[in-house]
This record gives sequence, structure tokens and C-alpha cells, in this order.
Amino acid sequence: MHETSAAHGAHQHAAPTSFIRKHVFSLDHKVIGKQYYGLALLAVFIGMGLSWLMRIHLGWPAWPIPLLDKLSAVGAPQGVMTPEYYLSLMTMHGTLMVFFVLTNAPFAAFGNYFLPIQIGAEDMAFPRFNMMSFWTTFVAFLFMMAAFFVSDGPPISGWTAYAPLSAVGGDAGPGLAMGQNLWAISIAIFCIGSLLGALNFIATTLDLRTKGMSLARMPYSSWAWFVTSVIALLAFAVLLPACILLILDRTAGTSFFIPAGLVLSDKLQPHSGGSVLLWQHLFWFFGHPEVYIAILPSIGIVAHILPVFARKPLLGPRAAVGCMIAIGFLSYMVWGHHMFVSGMNPFSATLFSVPTLIITIPATILTLLLIGTVYGAKLRFTSASLFCLGFISVFISGGISGFFLAQPSIDIYLHATYFVVAHFHFVMAVASLFGVFAGTYFWFPKMTGRMMNETLGKLHFWLTFIGVYCIFMPMHYLGLAGNVRRYAAFVDDYLIPLIPVHKFITIAALLTGAAQFIFLFNLIWSRFKGPIASENPWEATSLEWSTTSPPPFDNFGGRHMVVYNGPNEYGVENNGTDFVMQTSAEKVSAS
Amino acid sequence: MATTTLPPGADIALDNHGSGKPPDLAPRPGRVTQSGPSSQKSETGMWVAVSAIGMSFAAFTSAMFVRQDSSTDWQHFQLPYVLYLNTLILIASSVTLELSRQRFAAIPDAARHTAASAKSLLASGIYWLYLTAALGLIFVLGQILAWRNLAAQGLFLATNPSSSFFYLFTALHAVHLLGGMGGLFYVLRKLVRNGGVAETSGLSAFSIYWHFMDLLWVYLLLLLAIRM
Repeated sequence: MHETSAAHGAHQHAAPTSFIRKHVFSLDHKVIGKQYYGLALLAVFIGMGLSWLMRIHLGWPAWPIPLLDKLSAVGAPQGVMTPEYYLSLMTMHGTLMVFFVLTNAPFAAFGNYFLPIQIGAEDMAFPRFNMMSFWTTFVAFLFMMAAFFVSDGPPISGWTAYAPLSAVGGDAGPGLAMGQNLWAISIAIFCIGSLLGALNFIATTLDLRTKGMSLARMPYSSWAWFVTSVIALLAFAVLLPACILLILDRTAGTSFFIPAGLVLSDKLQPHSGGSVLLWQHLFWFFGHPEVYIAILPSIGIVAHILPVFARKPLLGPRAAVGCMIAIGFLSYMVWGHHMFVSGMNPFSATLFSVPTLIITIPATILTLLLIGTVYGAKLRFTSASLFCLGFISVFISGGISGFFLAQPSIDIYLHATYFVVAHFHFVMAVASLFGVFAGTYFWFPKMTGRMMNETLGKLHFWLTFIGVYCIFMPMHYLGLAGNVRRYAAFVDDYLIPLIPVHKFITIAALLTGAAQFIFLFNLIWSRFKGPIASENPWEATSLEWSTTSPPPFDNFGGRHMVVYNGPNEYGVENNGTDFVMQTSAEKVSAS
Repeated sequence: MATTTLPPGADIALDNHGSGKPPDLAPRPGRVTQSGPSSQKSETGMWVAVSAIGMSFAAFTSAMFVRQDSSTDWQHFQLPYVLYLNTLILIASSVTLELSRQRFAAIPDAARHTAASAKSLLASGIYWLYLTAALGLIFVLGQILAWRNLAAQGLFLATNPSSSFFYLFTALHAVHLLGGMGGLFYVLRKLVRNGGVAETSGLSAFSIYWHFMDLLWVYLLLLLAIRM
């Protein structure tokens, strides 16, 4: 009959009983997903705190920040940070946010929790690798945080860690001895954790889909996690070698990245022959796919959530999936657009500029499909759907500045200015976080069995939405006015008139940051005191809504889920309701 | 509630949406939910892992090309001859692995005839696996000999970019090979315990990895021989 019935009998691993096995070293993908989410939550508040310190310093450079001298007596004597310490904070802000927040939250956290459930599996393909991937990432986080507490402080080379600054060692400045070592080791360990995670996602998606769950019927968030995991597999497989080469340069006396003749702190560096551009090529070959790893899952989450509240199917679902795949493929061809002014052959700039402009096409199509989904719909306004609309807005705002930066002629002027800072914060940081917020408000009932408070959620949305525009819109103006990024203070005569704008941005940043505590409070309060959620409070179609809130240990309580429909059956007449669940055997007239 | 769940073991009819064809009841091999150990997902996982490892060696390769061409300090040297012997040893280990797999694959048929023939196939399958492990170990010892040969010539990790890449490539390959040996012993243990059922032992996934290590080494040897 069906070979699955015999194989279904035993779950891959028995339900755990001890506290450690249930909540700490758990093999359950749901627990691991929540652990990733918790780690991302911790990292985002630390990263946000770092940004507050940076912004306060930029607006009021001479003002002593209370308690900062406790964090680093050398970096902030009497609470006023040195320029080097500003760069340290900037490095850690970027590193924590890009790696530990944007790669973890939309991809590892929600993906781990919901991919197996959405495809009807009992767990990931390799639960032990899954557990290892989280704890590896956690160890990487510990190494990264350790950099704050070494005598020299964290590295000052930015999250991009360009050579030779990052490769020569302590002679080049504070934080570049032990701090940079810890950074490089942390990122190398992070690569391993990400590779294990990506491997799990790919194997699970290919092999563990339940009966009737063809790839064509997979929810769009699952598609996004799948495409992201393929990108992540190949990208982190390049960052790990780069980190290994960097560590060798720093500790073993090799010269992969360090050219001859460098004199730092009056000492001739004992290296020669290395190529500085090599680091940039290796890093950005990883780095550009990395930004798509950050944004694609959120696009998938929004594509998954919007139809639920629009009560209308996603427009052009096959085109949407095709665009995700196209973005994944093209993301490997554009890395040089981070290097237009690096000194590489200027003709190669065209070779990178063209695919960069081409990649805007699938991104634009995806955005238009999302807009088309809500066009003409009677949208149910909830916190989740508001964040989806907000996602579209900030993704467009950030994406448009990308058109300018994609062209070398304009980028020569705008490179390393606040225009770039505005671009990537809008299109990657804010957009991705909005997807995470939308996912949180949407999936919280499923994960905890309770609803989040809608009033607080809407308040959180509006304060955040207005706030991020106040923070990042003026940065476009600053960039065009020539305001260089990664400066700790603005003392040049062309920069001094811009300081009032920085003060405005700082105040906006502090207020927007404060608004995030509303979210945090809502999260914690609702976890314990929120109203009990039903199995399918949003009337959604995908498989996670066919099981209890929260799901049982093996996701479906021993049931063998069978899928009859795609995830897009909204707005159809069905026995008095307007949707057909994926597991429903009712025939749909046109699908 | 618009949910339908079926009791375990229920017959499932998939309607091809009015196409007139009978419901497709035939299970699609290897593509349905399976709990418990399965060779399908471990093979998929291994191909994915092999892609990632291949990608990282590709990154190192491109780093070598860029480094070699970006400066004039590249010092060519003669590859130690033991490397060529090692290559033959590693290729031999792939052959012994396949000989082992053949024996395990023949066990189900043999078991239908006599228990003794199945037992002897199991024993010889295990033997060839141990031989594979031994050849792998000899390979690694041979690599250590190669490193000592280079050290005797005064070529260490940081001496010259050429020696840096030599040590880097060979050491990383050896580390992956040793990891593979760990996998081999894991598979061996499973086979001994479950009486030679290869499907649930991970043997097919392991062989993907081992043959990949072999091919990777041949690629590295050619790369080093041509560029060093």
C-alpha cells in the first residue's frame, strides 16, 4: 500500500523528558527555532544599544555618556568615546546586526520553526545537526561578545574587516590584536553553524515533504527559505576560507592579504606580496549573497502573510517563486558593485553594474506582485498586515537608492557616504526586520498558543514606521551633500552645517529604539497573559494552521498530513468560508 | 472547520482535478515523508555537503590564482614524490570501498539462499571497509611525510606563498579525510550492529563523501603540480 505508513511509525527521536533535553539541548526544530529567535532578540537589542551610543556621539561629540567608561576605560575616558572606539562600536553594530540578527531571525529562527511544519514533516532532516548548528552559532556569539571585554576592545575595521587593516595585527590600532582575532574566529565558527543549518533546510525541503506537498504547492515562505538556504550554503562556503586566510595572515606570518612595505606605528610589517583586493573579492563574493540571505526570507514571509489578510491569493505565485530563484542566481554575479572605487579594473565595473541593474527586475516584480495582491482587496488591518505594508514601503524606499548606487559613475561620488548607509538600512535592515515583526505577530499565536496585544502592536508599528523614515530618509540628503560615513565626528567645514540633521536623526533613533520596548513588552506579556489562541485564528490555509497552537512534539500529533491544494486558495467560495486549507479534500474548481 | 485529517493507515485518493485519470496512488520513490533513518535524505544531505566543501576549495583556488598573479614573489618548488604514491593509495581506497559496497548489496539475495553465504558476504564487506580505512590512514601518513620533506627543504607555512597554499590545501584535505574516517567507523559500527543492512547504515552517503575526497585530491594534485 503506502510505504510511508510503516516508516511513519517511529518518530526520528523520542519526545524528551528532562528539562535540559526539552529546553536547552533540544533536537526539536521548534525549540531550536525559538532559541535562534531569542539569540537574535538579544543581539538586536545589543546592536541597537550600540547604534544609540554611536548616534549620541555623532550628534553631541563632547557630551560624556554615563557608564561608558565602565565598558571601556581606554575607549571612552570619562565617558567621551575616542574616534577609534566609535569605529569599534560601529564594527560590532554591523557585525551583530548582519550576522546574528538578519541571518538568524528571518531565516534560522522562523525557518527552523515553520519549514518542517509547512511541508508536513515531523522534524528537520537531521535534528542533531540542527541542534549543533544553533549551539555553534551561540558559541560564535560568545566569541564575538568576548571582543568587548579584552583590554584593547573590539576591532575597528568594520563588519567588512578590510585588509590590510584587519590582517596586520595590533600595530595598526586598538582592537586589532585580540579583538580582531576573536572576531575572525567568531565569524569562522558562525560560518560552520550556518552551513549546517543550510544543509538541513535543503535536505528537509527536498526529501521530507508530505504526501501531496509538491514543490508547486509549497508555501511561499518555504520557497524563500529553500532558495535562501541554497544561497547561504554557497556563500558561507566562501566566507570560511576568507576567514581562515585572514587568521593565517594574523597568526602564522603568511601574506595572503598584506602587501610589502607597510609601516604601522613606526614598525615595518614583516609581510609582503599579498593582495588587498583579494580580501575584498572573497568577502564580497560572500557579502552580496549575504544581503539577499537577509532579505529573501522576509520577502517570503510577507508573501505568505499578505494574502491571509487581503483574503486574496498572492498575485502571480509562480512568477514570485521564479523571481526568488532569479534573485538567488543573480546575487552571485554582482559582488563587484561594492568595489567600484577599490582600484580594480574600471571596465570590470561595467561587468558588475549590468547584473546589478538586472537584479532590480525580479526584485521589482516581487514588489509589484505584493502590491497587486492587496490592490482591490478588503485588507484586514492587523499588526502583521501593517508590517507587511510597511515592508513594501521601506523595501521600495531602499531599493530606489540602489538604482543610483548600481551605476559606477554615480557611485564614485556616493560610495562611503550616508547615501549608502540610508540605502542598506532601508532595503535590508528595516525591511528585513519588518518581515520579522510581521512574522512574529502572525506566528506568535501558533508558537505560544496566545495572541499578542493588537493595540500595542499597532502602536509599535506606527511609531517604528514613522521613526525609521525620520532616521534614514535624511541620510540620503546627507550623502548627497558629501557626508562621509564611518567618521566619528564632523569637523570639516562642509560637514559642520549638517550636524543639526545628525541631531535630528539621533533623537529619532532614540525614540524609535524606545518604541521597540513596546514590542518586547508585548512579546513577554502576551506569552504569559495573552488571550488563548485557536488553531487557526487568521483563517489561513497552510499546514501550520492545521495543527494545534502550539504544535505537539511531532508537529501533527501522529497524523499523516495529506495535501490537496496549494497555499493560495483565498477568496474562493467554500461552504460559507472564503478559503480552502491545503489539507482540505474539498475540490477546488480552479487551482 | 475546513480541515480534514485522516486516521493513520487510511487509503488516500488524490484526485487529479477532473482530468479523468484514476487517482495517482503509486508512491513516488524517495520523495515522501520518512521518519527514522533513510538513505535518501542522508544521500541528499551528503551531496549538499559535498557542494559546500567543493565551493570552499574553489574559493581557495581562486585565492591562489589571485595571489600568484598579484606579486612576483612566488617561488616554485618540486612537489615531493610521495604525493603521487599517496594518490594511488587514495584511488585504491575508493576501489576497496566499492568492493565492500558490492558485497553488502549482495547480502539480501544471498540471505534468500543460505545464511552462511550472507554471513560470509557480511564478513568480507566489513573486511574491505577496514581496508579502506587503513588505506586512508596510510594516505594521511604519506601526507605527513610530504610535509616533513618540505620542511627539510626549509619550506614552511609562511616561507613563501607557494608553500603557504601547499600546506593549506593538503592540510585542509587531510582534515576532511580524517573527518571522513570518523564517518567510516560510524558506518562500520552500524553495519556490524544491524547485520549488514546497508540502506540504514549511511554507507551510500559515506561513499559519496569518500569518492569526493578522492576526486578532490586528484584535482588538488593537478592544481599543485601545474601551479607550484
